[in-house]
Amino acid sequence: MTIIVTDGLTKTYGGGVTALADLTVAVDAGVIGLVGANGAGKSTFIKIMLGLLPPSSGSLRVFDLDPVTQTDRVRARVGYMPENDCLPPDVSAAEFVTHLARMSGLPKTAARERASEALRHVGLYEERYRQIGGYSTGMKQRVKLAQALVHDPDLLLLDEPTNGLDPAGRDAMLNLVHRIGNEFGISVVVCSHLLGEVERICDSLIAIEGGRLLRADRISSMTEASDILAVEVADGTDELAAALTERGLAVTREGRLLLVPLESDEAYDRILHAVTDLDLNLHRLDQRRHRVAELFTKKETADV
Amino acid sequence: MSEAGVIHDIGYQRYDGPRLGRFAMQQALYVHGLRAAYGLGRSAKAKIFPWLVFGIMLLVAVIVAAIRSLTGESVLSYLEFAGQMSFLIIFFTAIVAPQLVSRDLRAGTLPLYFSRPLRAADYVSAKFAAMVSAIWLLLGVPQFIMFLGAAFTTKDGVKGVFNELGDLLPGWGYSLLWALMFAAIGLLVASFTGKQAFAAGGIVAVFLVTTPIVGVLSSLPSTTANQLAFLSSPMTLLAGVGQWMGGRFDLELGRFGPIYGIEAVCLIAVCLLILLARYRKVASL
Repeated sequence: MTIIVTDGLTKTYGGGVTALADLTVAVDAGVIGLVGANGAGKSTFIKIMLGLLPPSSGSLRVFDLDPVTQTDRVRARVGYMPENDCLPPDVSAAEFVTHLARMSGLPKTAARERASEALRHVGLYEERYRQIGGYSTGMKQRVKLAQALVHDPDLLLLDEPTNGLDPAGRDAMLNLVHRIGNEFGISVVVCSHLLGEVERICDSLIAIEGGRLLRADRISSMTEASDILAVEVADGTDELAAALTERGLAVTREGRLLLVPLESDEAYDRILHAVTDLDLNLHRLDQRRHRVAELFTKKETADV
Repeated sequence: MSEAGVIHDIGYQRYDGPRLGRFAMQQALYVHGLRAAYGLGRSAKAKIFPWLVFGIMLLVAVIVAAIRSLTGESVLSYLEFAGQMSFLIIFFTAIVAPQLVSRDLRAGTLPLYFSRPLRAADYVSAKFAAMVSAIWLLLGVPQFIMFLGAAFTTKDGVKGVFNELGDLLPGWGYSLLWALMFAAIGLLVASFTGKQAFAAGGIVAVFLVTTPIVGVLSSLPSTTANQLAFLSSPMTLLAGVGQWMGGRFDLELGRFGPIYGIEAVCLIAVCLLILLARYRKVASL
């Protein structure tokens, strides 16, 4: 199901700053990574989706609704987690999330129930009755996520959800986002300037730079053509390389590793035969995916 | 085989209950704001100042009611009450207005509001209504205490009670005028800074700085200047409006009464429009 469709979406701020230029993209449901450097236009894109900014030209539809004219209906189905700090220090998380649930139109009791549900799903239990001012950065990020989730949206827009978190906190947040996308059945747009971070949890990626679309595709189609096998043996790497070339495989060396393109499953057999023939100790034979980042580097340098 | 005591993770549940419209959101925000004004649902620290002011006002009302019932003499009329208490009202506004608006600015909460169906106009009107109600309760409840004291000790029976009520209702109306004026100015000043202390200082300054101007203009030799002097401060402006509408405030307005009415209405309207324009801008960020 396609949830976000843009056609020639352009946003020019007063003063001639172009934040988005001719962005045309169609996004399927799932976890979507929106990557780009700071100032690439990610936040502008999110604000247009929320109906906070009108596009200068072009069109945008979210769930086949126009955020400019059908703002309320779009916002009822979308949850937004801003990048910046947005929590008052002197109320408890439970109270704050309940209040925002009511601001999304939930009746009083439903708001309270959904707030504790949402906080439980993001991993806040008894702490939710403490004042937010005493929370760690990780807990605050969870509260921000909970308030976006509280009115049961169909789409979450997360602006840099891992900002300011330590590596463990990042992993926890990304796993949470992955769970929301896959178990809760809610589509998620995750903004990040770190491609490596979002690529492992996303189904598809949109990369923008300077307001222009760099590439938008499903992760699987970005990586499928580029699988390679990494082979590592104790010693005799050179002999093995020669033997593999002899067997018609295009071998490249990378340090102690030999990289062999995985053209068919037969490649496994050929490598194993070569290794046994030479009587070498095989340390490693694994399939390695091209990191998505490698797909972008060429284009990015071309753009500069 | 069901085991008691096992907590089942029921997983994520979709919500398919009712989703109320913007009016309900506005109401919820109004109630939230009114409660916050008196520190309800906040820490004990947030309750101290509003309730201190409210306590003093109540005490004054009780004393006035007591004097009335003992001596039968009215030391403070319903209409005079707001004017006599003006410093306490300024103090109250300076505490409550920042609580209602500066707090959201400082914490950066506004994007969370405006990414929901709520609009800038809804936010402003809910906050304004909450502020007006808070100030009106601050004046209206003590006035009601004064009324109760007078009504129970009246010697004219039911007629006396109705006479008293006839005095109370204009008093309540006049209090509402104060509430509208103070809420509009207070919220506008507070909406310009996220720092509650600055906002409070700004509000006190706006109300107090204008008072000497009245004094200067009143002492000028020109009668016109004297009669228009009370326009320059919100408190005397309100007294002027009260005088024009038939109250007894011993102000010499000459034929300029209507101007007081017009200025009061315009001042409130302009404050609200600037407030709305400000939040329109904030909402799109």
